[in-house]
Amino acid sequence: MSIDTASQKATSQVPDVSGRFGEFGRRFVPETLMHALEELTREYERAQQDPEFLAELDKLLSTFVGRPNPLYFAERLTEHCGGARIYLKREDLNHTGAHKINNTMGQVLLTRRMGKKRVIAETGAGQHGVATAVACARFGLNCVVYMGEEDIRRQKLNVFNMRMMGAEVRGVSSGSKTLRDAINEAMRDWMSTVEHTHYIIGSVVGPHPFPMMVRDFQAIIGREARRQCLEAETRLPDEVIACVGGGSNSAGMFYPFVDDETVALTGVEAGGRGPAPGDHASTLTYGHKGVLHGSYSYVLQDEDGQTQDVHSISAGLDYPGVGPEHSYWKDTGRVNYVSVTDDEALAALQTMAKLEGILPAIESSHAIAHAFKAAKQRSKDEIIVVCLSGRGDKDVYEVARLLGQDLD
Amino acid sequence: MTEQTRIASTFSVLKEAGHLAFMPFITAGDPDMAATLSVIRELGDRGVDLIEVGFPYSDPIADGPVIQASYTRALDKGLHVNDIFDGVRSLPTEELPPLVAMASYALLFRRGVEEFVKQAVESGFAGFIIPDLPADEAGDVGKVVQSHGADLIQLISPMTPKDRATEILKAASGFVYCISVAGTTGVRDDLPPELTEQLNWLRTQTDVPLAVGFGIKGPEQVDILRDAADGVIVGSAIVRMMAGLGTSPEGDATALAEIGTFAESMVQATRKK
Repeated sequence: MSIDTASQKATSQVPDVSGRFGEFGRRFVPETLMHALEELTREYERAQQDPEFLAELDKLLSTFVGRPNPLYFAERLTEHCGGARIYLKREDLNHTGAHKINNTMGQVLLTRRMGKKRVIAETGAGQHGVATAVACARFGLNCVVYMGEEDIRRQKLNVFNMRMMGAEVRGVSSGSKTLRDAINEAMRDWMSTVEHTHYIIGSVVGPHPFPMMVRDFQAIIGREARRQCLEAETRLPDEVIACVGGGSNSAGMFYPFVDDETVALTGVEAGGRGPAPGDHASTLTYGHKGVLHGSYSYVLQDEDGQTQDVHSISAGLDYPGVGPEHSYWKDTGRVNYVSVTDDEALAALQTMAKLEGILPAIESSHAIAHAFKAAKQRSKDEIIVVCLSGRGDKDVYEVARLLGQDLD
Repeated sequence: MTEQTRIASTFSVLKEAGHLAFMPFITAGDPDMAATLSVIRELGDRGVDLIEVGFPYSDPIADGPVIQASYTRALDKGLHVNDIFDGVRSLPTEELPPLVAMASYALLFRRGVEEFVKQAVESGFAGFIIPDLPADEAGDVGKVVQSHGADLIQLISPMTPKDRATEILKAASGFVYCISVAGTTGVRDDLPPELTEQLNWLRTQTDVPLAVGFGIKGPEQVDILRDAADGVIVGSAIVRMMAGLGTSPEGDATALAEIGTFAESMVQATRKK
């Protein structure tokens, strides 16, 4: 681990062949998975060179997912903040209502290419679980989704949705009964089924090649936004903002801008109730370098290396690790990571709904809350692009509860 | 020629006598370190050859539900890595079978590999199994472990292709941990024929002893392995018995006797026929 990422300049030419983003990433998994990961890496590289694979994915993304989605100028939000012009990248308009499906469509095509008939996935809030169930239904693949018992209780709608699509939802009652335990359980399943099963990880986390592969499938967000911004404003944005849990929408949004040195990139983590351990999920702000779920990155852990409990109002940001490329971007200084509290995110959600008629997901509301602050610091000639990673329909019960209203 | 490590010489002596090694796995700190230390003493008294001591970790992807549950119980009671080192340090480890630390790389990395290994060896550990550190990433750790006179145990799975196995064997020391069933730890009913085949092939590739773990149920499976392997590892069966510890003095005595009886039956099964 002797490479000092902090002295490097960030480039888009990562990871290297061993899965290193600077010093981060790589593979820290049981030997049982090593061969499968090597095979997956080779298969993925072949697929990326295969025009037929890429054409099939493009077609699915346009006809099934609904891409490209718009880059929308948020006129009233812009007026409200009184600073930079705010644009929203509308991932909330995708089929299933979030960016997660960009990745699951790509990985399901890869699963078929590898001749595997069974797919497993983990899910926290259920968005990735639904996106996986949808992709599997579309292609007739057997689908098992691991989900913490605690999350099953909190996200009944998504559980029902997955079951409607024919997926089996398996409750995980070990450990904290949430996302990280669901990942542990999915990895275990994969270790005994790897010959005929593909594991569709939902974020830019896990062992190589997952962080690279998921980023690549999500990079369509940033590629479209970059092109659309050039079309609308004839220039690149001054700042791009996205929320970071595991970090897939932000990785997809930032990656195509990494080499554009004039574009500031800002990742927004879940600040929860405050900076005390267990009260937030701000891995890059408060974490240490460490190993979790097969890769080396920043992790929220205690002095022994045990993973710590996290809190966020948002189930999708409630994760004690973060993708290794984000750690690389943090240490090279390419992306600035900040933290937004539960209350700020909830307020941003309401402002957005009232001013723009858009109900954002509580995850995306973290990015929006920071965009308000950033816009005020910038002049009216400047441009901010925010990734609106998902819609808030899934959150209405929780938001109503937090606002003291009863929907039943 | 460098001096043999404790683990290597243990295997040499057993091989000379025509025995297989028996290596039980236990979780440290479940229900507490005092119980762990009394189980280690009991296993030593019953004549086991090595003891694998699991360091509880919050996210153990390589372990099955029985071991994970024991890790969770230990961590919920506030067990720290230092408690394990302190407990083991209080044992007369030179009179006991070699102790092998099984710990996630997350724990080693957090403390610093050099510091973790140094403290572990000083407290009495003779070797390390790091189940989430594949050979590709293990070079530097191996050097540190070796510099402290201990062994970093390499793992080979049924999914490991031959060319990869050849590379892994280059770094092997102490023994090679052969995972017998793809998947995580846990008790299974039989051993697949591919395992015997793989062990026979590995035998032609290395002189380092081969120990088989993951899914070994009891004495009846030992004979199947007698010609193919040099040692047998039993994991979750004993961890399950340890769940009876810490309830009452009578419960402790019963559980300890059950563990001892099982260990002795395994020791007998692994001796030369």
